[in-house]
Amino acid sequence: MNERTDTAPPSIVLAHGELAAGLVSAVEQITGMGSRLVAMSNSGLSGAELEQRLRAMVEETGAKVVFTDLPAGSCNIAAFRLLRDRDVVVVSGVNLPTLLHFVLHPNPSPASAAAEAVERGAPTLKVTLGTARGN
Amino acid sequence: MAIELYRIDDRLIHGQVIVGWGQPMGLGFLVLVDDEVANSEWEQELYRMGVPPELDVFFASVAEATVQLDQWNRDKRPGILLTSDIDTMARLAAAKQSTIRAVNLGGIHHRADRVERLRYLYLTGDEVRALQELDRHGVEVTARDVPASRPVPLSALLEGAGREGAA
Repeated sequence: MNERTDTAPPSIVLAHGELAAGLVSAVEQITGMGSRLVAMSNSGLSGAELEQRLRAMVEETGAKVVFTDLPAGSCNIAAFRLLRDRDVVVVSGVNLPTLLHFVLHPNPSPASAAAEAVERGAPTLKVTLGTARGN
Repeated sequence: MAIELYRIDDRLIHGQVIVGWGQPMGLGFLVLVDDEVANSEWEQELYRMGVPPELDVFFASVAEATVQLDQWNRDKRPGILLTSDIDTMARLAAAKQSTIRAVNLGGIHHRADRVERLRYLYLTGDEVRALQELDRHGVEVTARDVPASRPVPLSALLEGAGREGAA
């Protein structure tokens, strides 16, 4: 295993409701690497409070990557606000396969790690039709 | 179609607006009225970054919105006008009294000097008075975070009757 994975700061998963906690829980269940991620929720927070808490979390953890769920959602916009003055990468539209690839494929470059994870994770969203109704 | 929703929400553009309201109404454009954002290219870029490309976003100060509002209301697409606070909406409503007939309270969050009215709505005494002033001028004020939730009229909100359905 890459030594860096044990020393790299965790990345942040910031999402609506309990989604981030659920995603991190699933990553832990599947890989045992849930500790590589920190879950945050926007529940009950104004945009300003959310940004403040995210900044504090980035300071506390040293995170370089912030995964967010909905493009143009409050989580996404709060994370974008950090791009102006923090060395972070923001991913929009996160899903479980993306997070799994990210934690399983450490890369010295957070931007490369995030880009590779998105490249692998995005196409996993697909529709599969059954044959029972003549599809 | 024009502007179908005048919404006060301290998060401005976010998921409830783009998806929760936007998708059912077939949203065509958003108007963000905020004096600070109207003077900041960075803030405007920030809000545009995640918005679907087919959705037009217009930024305006209160003064600019006062001039532009009739034109936005002639737009054939359904639109939402957003302000982040009550004062901004009240100033716009005062300038365009015959145009803004209803205001939606979508999200004003906790602050030390605010009292909880709904789980997504906290108000100071001054904010309550500003809403009552809107009501006195014939503007229908209701709280409703998403279309699927029950609208809570201002009178019920101030009596505390909206809390039960707030979860």
